[in-house]
Amino acid sequence: MTVAGPSDGARPPMISMHDVQKHFGTLHVLKNIRLDVPGGQVVIVIGPSGSGKSTLCRTINRLESIDSGDIAIDGVPLPAEGKGLAQLRADVGMVFQSFNLFAHKTILQNVTLGPIKVRKMSKKDADELADSLLQRVGIAEQRDKLPAQLSGGQQQRVAIARALAMKPKVMLFDEPTSALDPEMVNEVLDVMVSLAREGMTMVVVTHEMGFARKAGDRVLFMADGEIVEDGTPQEFFTNPTSNRAKDFLSKILTH
Amino acid sequence: MDFSFLSDPRYDVLGAFWVTVQLTVWSAIGAFILGVVLAAMRVCPVPLMRGFAGGVVNIVRNIPLTLIIIMMSQVIANQLGLRLATRQPGVNPQAFLDTQNFRLAVLGFIIYTSTFVCEAIRSGINTVPPGQAEAARAVGLTFTQVLGIVVLPQAIRAVVAPLGSVLIALIKNTTVASAIGVSEAALLMNTLLENEADKFTAVFLVIAAGFIVLALPTGLVFGSLAKKASVKR
Ligand SMILES: Nc1ncnc2c1ncn2[C@@H]1O[C@H](COP(=O)(O)OP(=O)(O)O)[C@@H](O)[C@H]1O
Ligand SMILES: [Mg+2]
Repeated sequence: MTVAGPSDGARPPMISMHDVQKHFGTLHVLKNIRLDVPGGQVVIVIGPSGSGKSTLCRTINRLESIDSGDIAIDGVPLPAEGKGLAQLRADVGMVFQSFNLFAHKTILQNVTLGPIKVRKMSKKDADELADSLLQRVGIAEQRDKLPAQLSGGQQQRVAIARALAMKPKVMLFDEPTSALDPEMVNEVLDVMVSLAREGMTMVVVTHEMGFARKAGDRVLFMADGEIVEDGTPQEFFTNPTSNRAKDFLSKILTH
Repeated sequence: MDFSFLSDPRYDVLGAFWVTVQLTVWSAIGAFILGVVLAAMRVCPVPLMRGFAGGVVNIVRNIPLTLIIIMMSQVIANQLGLRLATRQPGVNPQAFLDTQNFRLAVLGFIIYTSTFVCEAIRSGINTVPPGQAEAARAVGLTFTQVLGIVVLPQAIRAVVAPLGSVLIALIKNTTVASAIGVSEAALLMNTLLENEADKFTAVFLVIAAGFIVLALPTGLVFGSLAKKASVKR
């Protein structure tokens, strides 16, 4: 078992990463990552391109393997592979920059696939669940279309509904709005804000400062594979301590 | 030109082409299934399976089909004693031999053609963006589910046209079955050429036309199927 989070009583942290190391060949992409995320916390991950944000996200559901260290979700260490890993991944929702909806399946089928195949839900129950989730993200009328027939913003909302259909304990978002036309960014962020308000544990890689301030409980600033700063959004945006963070903020805030 | 052999009861042209059709259909079904299995093995994470499937494909598809079909008969059936039909004692063995040779030929075509199906599907897998499999894994699907539900269906839809070409090649390749005495169109042609040598052009035209009648619509059907099946991204 991994170590429980600090001062959190009996409840283990929802996500805990200890001394996680990851290399791509000779490139050290994650350096000694230690991170405890208590249930319900919304963590914003920010940092320059190539700093390891995506890799951090992807190791949390083991889409990317790690070289050493421990990762546990809700106190359960990540299994290395096989059925156990698949089961654990089902508890961790993931939303990608490029949506990745199943291109050959309808919107409804995209959402019901996991509940039916992984959670063994009946088709009828899964359809009901999917309809209510599609309603919630505002695309109920599109349920019988194919992903390519939807706008980027709509596709990303379906992707969120698809992840939510698994009733995940944690949601990971890797730059969910970076591939969207500007006018579609807010429709996706709105869904994410409401999720955050409902107490979902979230890790969100994003450069949307408005969202970070509005929904974030905590900001991690990453550079060169390390977590360089770890504080509240307020602290981070008004008073960053490291030079790298100051430099980065000056670059993204001057526009 | 003298087409009188068409009405000669000794030569059953339609029957011979019917055997060609049956060879094609059974071989196509088997080759598709085996080809999908080989393709799945070639992309699976177990190195032993990948290596095995890769080896089979690279050996089989580089052997001439004639050799494979003769091997089926000489080695697999005659030396190793594989029986694909039951032999009734006291009955004329010709019926047994016909069924046995037909099935050996089908087995040979399946093994040979499946390697081309496998390679077509593998190139289809390369057209499926990696994000598709990633999203499927993230939802909690197992490797087999990711492949069977998300990757292979998209891969196969992407290669309907090439699979059509494989099928057309198979239709024509069934002529090799004449090498082990299966009485399909090419065997009939050999018989005709022996007995009716003076009608060479007419015989040639009839047999060629028969294959065109089978192959041309196949190409057209697969062409339009390919358009319908393609996955919009
Ligand atoms: N699959 C991979 N193979 C090799 N290098 C990779 C791979 N994925 C990412 N990298 C490298 O790892 C570093 C961190 O990448 P990433 O986590 O995607 O950064 P970020 O999301 O912060 O932009 C980058 O230098 C990137 O080029
Ligand atoms: Mg990234």
